Amino acid sequence: MSSAVGKSVPKKDGEGIIKGKPVYTNDMAKRDPDALTVRVLRSPHAYARIKSVDVSAAKAMEGVATVMTHLDKDIPHNIYTRAGQGFPEPSPYDKFILDEFVRYVGDEVLAVAAVDERTAQAALDSVKVEYDVLEPVLDFEKAEGHKSVIHTEPEACELFPIGFEPKKNLAASYFCEDGDTDGEMKKSDIVVEDTFYTQAQAHYCAETHTCYTYMDGYDRLNVISSTQVPHHIRRIISKALDFDRSRIRVHKPKVGGGYGGKQQIHGEMFACITTLRTGKPAICNYSRKEVFESTFARHQMKITVKIGANKDGSINALDMDVLSNTGAYGEHALTVFMLAGGKTLPLYAVQGRSKAVKFGGKVVYTNMTPGGAYRGYGAMQGNFALESAMDMLAEKVGVSPAKIREMNMIKEGQTSPLFKLMGEGTEGKAMNVESCKLEYCMKRAKEMAGWNDECQVTELGNGKVRAQGMAIAMQGSGIVDIDMASAALKLNDDGFFNLTIGATEIGQGSDTAMSQIAADVLNMDSSRIVVYSSDTDLTPFDPGAYASKTTYVTGNAVIKTAKAMKAKIEAKAAAIWKVEAKEVEFDGKMVKSSDGKNSITIEDLGSNLYYDMGLGALKGQLMACESFTPSVSPPPYMAAIVDITIDKVTGHYDINDYIGVIDCGGLINPALVKVQGEGGLVQGIGMACYEDVAYSDKGQMLTNSLFNYKVPARKEVPKITVEFAESYDPTGPYGAKSIGEIGIDTPMAAIANAIYAATGVRIKDLPLFPEKVLMGMKK
Amino acid sequence: MKLDIRLNGAPKTYYIKDDEYLLDVLRNNGITSVKRSCDTSSCAMCTVLVDGKPVLSCSFLAARAQGKSVTTVDGIQKEADAFFKAMNQEGAIQCGYCDTALAVTVYAMVQELGADLTDDEIRHYINGNVCRCSGYVSQMRAIKTYLGGLK
Repeated sequence: MSSAVGKSVPKKDGEGIIKGKPVYTNDMAKRDPDALTVRVLRSPHAYARIKSVDVSAAKAMEGVATVMTHLDKDIPHNIYTRAGQGFPEPSPYDKFILDEFVRYVGDEVLAVAAVDERTAQAALDSVKVEYDVLEPVLDFEKAEGHKSVIHTEPEACELFPIGFEPKKNLAASYFCEDGDTDGEMKKSDIVVEDTFYTQAQAHYCAETHTCYTYMDGYDRLNVISSTQVPHHIRRIISKALDFDRSRIRVHKPKVGGGYGGKQQIHGEMFACITTLRTGKPAICNYSRKEVFESTFARHQMKITVKIGANKDGSINALDMDVLSNTGAYGEHALTVFMLAGGKTLPLYAVQGRSKAVKFGGKVVYTNMTPGGAYRGYGAMQGNFALESAMDMLAEKVGVSPAKIREMNMIKEGQTSPLFKLMGEGTEGKAMNVESCKLEYCMKRAKEMAGWNDECQVTELGNGKVRAQGMAIAMQGSGIVDIDMASAALKLNDDGFFNLTIGATEIGQGSDTAMSQIAADVLNMDSSRIVVYSSDTDLTPFDPGAYASKTTYVTGNAVIKTAKAMKAKIEAKAAAIWKVEAKEVEFDGKMVKSSDGKNSITIEDLGSNLYYDMGLGALKGQLMACESFTPSVSPPPYMAAIVDITIDKVTGHYDINDYIGVIDCGGLINPALVKVQGEGGLVQGIGMACYEDVAYSDKGQMLTNSLFNYKVPARKEVPKITVEFAESYDPTGPYGAKSIGEIGIDTPMAAIANAIYAATGVRIKDLPLFPEKVLMGMKK
Repeated sequence: MKLDIRLNGAPKTYYIKDDEYLLDVLRNNGITSVKRSCDTSSCAMCTVLVDGKPVLSCSFLAARAQGKSVTTVDGIQKEADAFFKAMNQEGAIQCGYCDTALAVTVYAMVQELGADLTDDEIRHYINGNVCRCSGYVSQMRAIKTYLGGLK
């Protein structure tokens, strides 16, 4: 084998990107002097009805091409969801392109398109809007049954039962149980119960959301967008705009960061309407303030966890109750909330060992920036609560944080009843854990950290203390039965291949990893695989980059496709040589018959199939296309230990090292896998320590720029140490599971646990600001 | 107003508005390797070199560059090639949006301080260069590989 898989092959697009090639959406749009600039007028009120709009001055302004308001008859009034999910979406349909009601500060009032930015802004400034201001719902714990109802539109609906009750401000609700949880709690020697709060987090994608649209020579609408979900975008645009799907092409160039923030539709609608109305190209490039206020943030949650255990610490029952804040619209409302339990409780709710588990709760609407997909997708919120509670249990039992986990955590060959009970918005599917190296991950993390089971604290003098805290985590690898990914390979003259995939490269390196997989099956160097991804006209279907799916789901599709291509090469050569296909073998360089009489290089075969007159009708294009739908979603696992030094005088703490040992199965490209793990950790550290989306009492987001929204800088995370367990999942491509999300899950609990070890202060509401440590110590 | 600069070694004349920032002048004239991200001079993704020193082009009035030399990543393609390769080998170029600015900043750091630098000195020089993907440590490994090659 060429061992293309398992090598740290440099990213195919890496050098082009760092050299500054014009590869992002706005770089392309900047080269189109005819493109109109689209700007959106946004609501200054958290909840209001638009009484009147006067856009006469804007319309009369020189250079203004079009003005879009909710009164325009040519803008369809179709209810839809902006969430970029499979169809039917598990998110409620509760959004119009433009509406009479605005439901949060930053909601869309109207839009204009003009010849340049300054004119567009002047047009917005000239607009007069009268609002009937309504009482907003700004406290998610008071949202259910609030006298202000946020969604009163009769069109709002669910596509299948998700517990959608808009009259009560409920976007979704859910409950499931295996066994008699309350009964088992009563029988337990020790019960730990507490409530934890996780805050909204902003993605801070480096590239703001950008969309560039134009009509091509076939009178088709081309949408170039910084999106994670091109195929979903085509479907959503088509339905919302009543526009023939066959006349839409969505293409994603390079994307400057996603993390879930681009798994939905944002400025695309206004750019599309502008181009359809005027026939001109249009660009909608969000400002940073718009991204903060008017895209999505991580769902804020209140999570109550209850764990019942025997005296020895073995867990009998687990109970998680969640209240999630989806803001003004219900994008990803049900699924993020469900995964708070679905991607955490199976760590300990192990079939045949723990006796009962239940999970339930509600997702409420408020007049705040909508919640949406964000790396970790509920799992990280749930992880903070569960893994904090596990340390509380360890203390009550009188064992170390490591010991309580080691005795209760899921192991290879075991299963959890939750796999069958809970899917993503639907029922799940039973699954045995075929690969789980959590025991190794724990052992290795402890070794690396110099973990001491007896004591996790060292006094350093001068009021300073060094302490360690731990947490473990799991994720999934794609969505069972819902995801379907496909790949196509084409043999060219001179024997190189085009690999086309719908999978969405957003920086994580999927183009390169998928090329490596194709190359490995074909036993070639990955440089012979030319990859092109995410173009709804040219590449086969893929849901996109989310749910930790690409390596696992698309990777399996690429293996099937490459195997099919190998078979086609062998069959074609057999036909040319008039032998049986089973007598022909393609070894990556040569195609040979087993009798030794025939052989040809792949370069020559590729060329001959295009040009050799002697082949007559045997000439032809070889192409293969295969798809893969997962029937299981093997979880990657991780054990993490953080080492901090805390100043007990001020509450300030520094992270000395963050150690993560990850079981994500086989490694397709070790360097890229490692950076995914490291990058996830630092985003998780941001959530744990610094990042906090905050609002005024009127619902204005206060943290709408990097001045007042703090993401980690490099001095704050000088050391991150990530290693991998040797692991192989039999269902994964080359044994691989997912790596995209697992890294982000542990920092909140691990750091909170370290702070508790150092100071005795248990912080239950994120972020873990030093002042909370200090105030806690003063109590 | 008329703006004369040397852009990556070549004389250029632009006709600009008085209140235009250098970032917009560059991007509107096809120099799209310079990126806009935060809008508040907080992320350094718009960094270019003016007379060899890193500046945030999103808040640097273009008029201030009159008569000066402006360097973007396009102007150091050969000089920084080993850095590009070191970054790519580490897998440190993730979404890549911050990397053109990181490249010019690392280049300026070496011009200013040389290649014999401690980790803390490196971190201090480039602490303003925000990256949301890489977790920073892969960038650090790449920078050290690059500096090692220069020594």
